[in-house]
Amino acid sequence: MTVRIPTPSDSRDADAAPKRFSTVSDMEIEPLYTPDHQNGWRYEAQLGDPGSYPFTRGAYPSMYRGKLWTMRQFAGFGTPEDTNARFRFLLSQGQTGLSTAFDMPTLMGYDADHPRALGEVGREGVAVSSLADMEILFDQIPLDQVTTSMTVNCSASIILAMYFAMAEKRGIPLAKLGGTIQNDMLKEFIAQKEWISPPEPSVRVIVDMIEFCAAHAPKWHPVSISGYHIREAGSTAVQELAFTLADGIGYVQAAVARGLDVDRFAPRLSFFFNVHNDFLEEVAKFRAARRMWARIMRERFGATQERSWLLRTHAQTAGCSLTAQQPINNVVRVALQALAAVLGGTNSLHTNSMDETLALPTEAAVLTALRTQQIIAEESGVINTADPLGGSYAIEALTDRLEREAFDYIDRIDKMGGIIRAIELGFPQMEIADASYQYQRQLDRGEKIVVGVNGYQSEGDQPLEILRVGNDVEQRQAARVRARKAAREASVVQARIAAVRDAARANQNLMPPIIAAVKDEVTVGEISDVFREVFGVYRDPAWI
Amino acid sequence: MSDRRLRILIAKPGLDGHDRGAKIIARALRDGGFEVIYTGLHQTPEMIVEAALQEDVDAIGLSILSGAHMTLFPAIMDMLAQRGIGDLPLFGGGIIPPEDIAALKERGVLEIFTPGASTEQIIDWARTSLKPRE
Repeated sequence: MTVRIPTPSDSRDADAAPKRFSTVSDMEIEPLYTPDHQNGWRYEAQLGDPGSYPFTRGAYPSMYRGKLWTMRQFAGFGTPEDTNARFRFLLSQGQTGLSTAFDMPTLMGYDADHPRALGEVGREGVAVSSLADMEILFDQIPLDQVTTSMTVNCSASIILAMYFAMAEKRGIPLAKLGGTIQNDMLKEFIAQKEWISPPEPSVRVIVDMIEFCAAHAPKWHPVSISGYHIREAGSTAVQELAFTLADGIGYVQAAVARGLDVDRFAPRLSFFFNVHNDFLEEVAKFRAARRMWARIMRERFGATQERSWLLRTHAQTAGCSLTAQQPINNVVRVALQALAAVLGGTNSLHTNSMDETLALPTEAAVLTALRTQQIIAEESGVINTADPLGGSYAIEALTDRLEREAFDYIDRIDKMGGIIRAIELGFPQMEIADASYQYQRQLDRGEKIVVGVNGYQSEGDQPLEILRVGNDVEQRQAARVRARKAAREASVVQARIAAVRDAARANQNLMPPIIAAVKDEVTVGEISDVFREVFGVYRDPAWI
Repeated sequence: MSDRRLRILIAKPGLDGHDRGAKIIARALRDGGFEVIYTGLHQTPEMIVEAALQEDVDAIGLSILSGAHMTLFPAIMDMLAQRGIGDLPLFGGGIIPPEDIAALKERGVLEIFTPGASTEQIIDWARTSLKPRE
């Protein structure tokens, strides 16, 4: 008698289509990876030790033994006073860096008293219209000791000017300031969609900031080249890698075209990636990103300094992966995502709070998110050795494949004439919209399961206590901005605005006149109006 | 019953740039047999109402993820009434807490879809709840 050993397919309905095993990005995964997947593969070429070209295994030789990642929770809501209190709470709980979320009017270049700001002041971030707000926001925060990240893009030059002006007023030299301003407009056109002017002048302002920081604030990161929003808009992991690095190439090209030496500014370019649900794909993505950027900077741009080749990155767990259903489960998702970022070798991390699919997080929810990072750092043991998954057949095969497919996209973008042209053609935008729709269809057909949403649903979820920002914030903030505007010397304000306009028209570096303007309380909205006037206004092409 | 395709305006009011949901719904409704007009981002209530009149739509769907829904929905409803189309069906989707959904429905918003709603659910709802306007 023979015993037939059942194969996995025997246990299923014979008529059913064979089950596909694919990542959340729909990349098909093989049942087993073996040395055959590493044909012609050499350790030195593909990996290298941590801290060595091409940095696949990590940015630094000792990785987390030498320095843990920076635990940096994104925070901002309400008035500058509200967010200042949250900052001080986070620092008191062991957070090691600050990260600022601004409200939509600030992000889009409108003051709190503008009609377009109605209903949005302090709602999704903190309201900052002028230097006085900035000084309240960072009251009693030691700017020379804490590094600050500020998530702002089309109005970034104005916000950075305020930060620098505030430091000068406190007697802190710009050379001592450490931090990051997101300032990545290309991904705005691709994904996050906060803009004032079209791509060309937007990139010109960014190069002004790169140039100014290289000369005066050498520890500041003037751009954080961001894949986060690309992924949140629905891209695949490959698209996130490809479009982010293509944006990076775009900035380096623009700065080199200005005549800047690549090794002078490249070490201060930093990155920001998403970390989504698919654990192995995400670990591989971070490793592929470092290797790709090292190759791009060394081979394509001829950078000679090791620091120019090095991709250092912040990561944030995927907001779009959180579910309103059974929201406590989000704690588990965030923990897995955070672990993937750490095993991928991130240099900085934000963990989302369980309630962020419902509203801005409460203090209690943020604390659980921060504790998640601390548990990984202190209890899991994964920090003891660098790149512990390096050499895994599956991880290395995925890393190679993500790199290959992302470079294919970059080749296509190069053939179109570069990333700005590709954006004008709508190429990355449409690729992302296609991927996002495809994923939604897979969910609707039950081909992918999200626990609590299209599988394992349960009745009677415990609702979470959520943070509410009252309407009084808007009224108070708008009144405050109006009062400050009225108290200024009109002729000084006009002269400061005229100086910004002249520099914009004459193609001179905008940072010095913007810093001078914000010191005299010229506002975000007033300087953004100069951009609208001189550079024009970008409108959404509304592709679907 | 009219066999013409229903025309739906999908609109993004306010400053919020999160258009993933709006685009998915626009595509799904289009694939589901509706005629869809998408406004693009950063629309004022005036722009949305103007588009609804120009395009002679049968309903408006608003996508709001910025938390400004309690300002923007009423502003658009007031403006629809001012322009004489206060009865135009209005629905929406986004990050909107349950108590706000109740308040908006009280004011006359037909339906609000929150994260996790499937495109099939939304298409089914549109097929059964929306009618061509005379």
